[in-house]
Amino acid sequence: MDLVTLWFWLIAVTFTLYFFLEGFDFGVDILRPTLAENEAEERALTGTIGPFWDGNEVWVIAAAGLMFSTFPLWYGAVFSGMYPLFVLILLALLLRGVSFEYRNQVDSQRWRAFWDWMSFGGSVVPSFLWGVIMAKLIEGLPVNAEGRVEAGLAAMFSPFSIVGGSTTLLLFMLHGANFLLLRLHTDTVLYNRARRAALRWGALATLAIVGFVVMGYVTEDLFEDFGVVPWAFPVAAFLTLASIWWALVRRRDVLAFTMSGLTVLFATVTVFIALFTRGEVLPSTLRPEFGLTLQESASQPYTLVLMTWVGGIFLPLIIGYQIWNYYVFRERVRPDEGALSHGY
Amino acid sequence: MDVVDLSRFQFASTSIFHFFFVSLTVGLAFLIAVMETFAYVSQRRREVYGRMTNFFGHLFLINFAVGVVTGIVQEFQFGMNWSQFSYFVGNIFGVPLTLEVLMAFFLESTFIGLWWFGKDKLKPWMSLAAIWLVAIGTQVSAFWIVLANAWMHHPVGFEVVDGQARLTDFGAVVFNYKAWIYFFHVQGSAWVVAGFFVLGIAAYHLLRRQDADVFGKALRIGLVFAAIGTVFSALSGHTAAQVAREDQPMKFAAMEAQWETSESPAPWSLVAVIDEEDRQNTVNIEIPYLGSILAYNGLEGRYEGINQLEEEYDEQFGPGSYTPPVTWVYWSFRIMVAIGSLLLATAFLGLFLWWRRRASLDETRWFLRALVWFIPLPWIANFTGWVTTEMGRQPFMVYGWLTVEEGVSANSSSEVLVGLVGLWIVYLGLIGLDVYLLSSTARAGVHRKPGAQLLAAPPPDYQGVGLADYDRKN
Repeated sequence: MDLVTLWFWLIAVTFTLYFFLEGFDFGVDILRPTLAENEAEERALTGTIGPFWDGNEVWVIAAAGLMFSTFPLWYGAVFSGMYPLFVLILLALLLRGVSFEYRNQVDSQRWRAFWDWMSFGGSVVPSFLWGVIMAKLIEGLPVNAEGRVEAGLAAMFSPFSIVGGSTTLLLFMLHGANFLLLRLHTDTVLYNRARRAALRWGALATLAIVGFVVMGYVTEDLFEDFGVVPWAFPVAAFLTLASIWWALVRRRDVLAFTMSGLTVLFATVTVFIALFTRGEVLPSTLRPEFGLTLQESASQPYTLVLMTWVGGIFLPLIIGYQIWNYYVFRERVRPDEGALSHGY
Repeated sequence: MDVVDLSRFQFASTSIFHFFFVSLTVGLAFLIAVMETFAYVSQRRREVYGRMTNFFGHLFLINFAVGVVTGIVQEFQFGMNWSQFSYFVGNIFGVPLTLEVLMAFFLESTFIGLWWFGKDKLKPWMSLAAIWLVAIGTQVSAFWIVLANAWMHHPVGFEVVDGQARLTDFGAVVFNYKAWIYFFHVQGSAWVVAGFFVLGIAAYHLLRRQDADVFGKALRIGLVFAAIGTVFSALSGHTAAQVAREDQPMKFAAMEAQWETSESPAPWSLVAVIDEEDRQNTVNIEIPYLGSILAYNGLEGRYEGINQLEEEYDEQFGPGSYTPPVTWVYWSFRIMVAIGSLLLATAFLGLFLWWRRRASLDETRWFLRALVWFIPLPWIANFTGWVTTEMGRQPFMVYGWLTVEEGVSANSSSEVLVGLVGLWIVYLGLIGLDVYLLSSTARAGVHRKPGAQLLAAPPPDYQGVGLADYDRKN
């Protein structure tokens, strides 16, 4: 495997990790208004992701940074080509990120309600838009002869990209609900509500995935060049989703979470396989030959060798201490009415 | 405004807003790590240092989140607004940027959570290690991003093939002298921000005779910190200006509003009224000899003039305008130097008063009052410093290689404008909230009973409960 291929797949891994990790913390924030019935429950739900969300979010910065250093042309074309979408994601992440710290700094119901909206909206918007972006990567953008993209907001939304966005949104909600099953005390009402939410949103997520696969097959020739078993990934995604339903009914929480994580993985990898088999990281909707190929977008060998050393040393280290972080905060959370009464 | 101006304005606003938060993060992380170390080491004053750590740690956390989220904008906007620049420099510029994420961002964002939430789960030495890792992470982060910035001012270790800069020598990029000078300058400035932040808050409470045990100690730690920071900042700033005279002469000439090459020895302009249209100063009050002293550390040497340099640049880079916005650069530079000198003097005056008056430093009310008023000054100095260095290298993005016009994305000006308005509204809101929450939390002091608990960022146990467990857990 040459270094360009290696780095393409490392970027795929980074995005997958990002969607896997931030997927569940987005999901928890999106579900919170429907799950929590009082202040203690709201705080318990935030507490399940409190120590983790920040470390999860850094994976998207890593993905962007790695794209910048190893595929500068691709990075520039994607981020400038979908400019309005990235502006919306940034605004959402800005407001959502600070809502964690700011929500409880002032003791006022309106203040809290404001930040609850920010954290809800700030999670819905990127959850949906990342799916749109992934779908647009497959569909392509109006890339011109110089590799530059000129496209407005309207060009970002097609039936395929909207289904893509709905898929990530619903999948993250399911993933978030499954995460809650691992983080909440099993004897709480909240825990049971989370299970029902997982079943409800899981059903819708399954529909969305089926829609995405069918549309990908019919309109985008998505699975045409997938090698010997073109249906392996969609079928695998379907099987993992089906097993979530089974696991939820049988109360196998770890299995349910693992499976929703695997679904996120299969969905993300499908996008990157589609790009890889075509050899084109960003197809052009203007003329086929304008599309950005894998090789021409990549950095030079000197940079790639250097980055391989850097990645080889630091990525395992980061994964190691993040796992330790999850281990330290493994204790399940319970809504604590008492915590509210004694002041802080 | 066209798309280039809008994109420049957006980049400038994002960077300045981002640095507003992170300069405090970078400096304060280190200070808090020092405070917690005192709490860990000192048997007798553990409780006092513990309360101090928790109090300033709470302030640190309010500010930290905003630095993180504005950092995401930084990472995305190179590609969003400057895709041609990204293509040109990605091979080189992307490397330190990625190193910053891998070596620093993950470290900070993971261990800040462990430090804050994990107080009752981790052993004290682990908690101490966590805050030191955060502190080290912030310094490493500053190093890599400043290295990337310095490369744009003084590109090294590369060759240009097919309109793309390709890395040939990463060692040269890391040991770029410009990068180290800038790093010490930015680092020193962050220490000044945090030092005067702690000084101002400590002074505020000492003036009200609240918790003199905690804030008297904080005042002294802040003084040492501010003194080190101002010295570093002044020395590296002095070097940075001298180096600019050699490798970015146009920036240096603009800093001094020197239109025509001067005599030797060169005077130093104290106040000038600049007429950029006619390329001259209508009024210029100068101090003889000082220019040569500052630029050459001696009594000889002339200043090159903007007009002469313009001719040289025309010859070297092709016809065009290479004159930066002189008025902005000249005045920003002077404001920065004036504030820096004032803060340097203040820090050393503080050390002197401490030495002469010992404990009654806490009663020196005129000095304490000044400290409260000085809290915003380091931020203004930082702001004007960035304006000086970044406007001074116009029209170049990568000095001598890529102009701002060449680096921009093919966006429409309307989409950039809409995004810019959105970002400004959020930035202004965040700055307002940050200042409001920092000042109300800081004023409340250590005996505040916060009205609500934070699960995401619980208000600290100022009373130092948990610290009593130090011995048991050790």
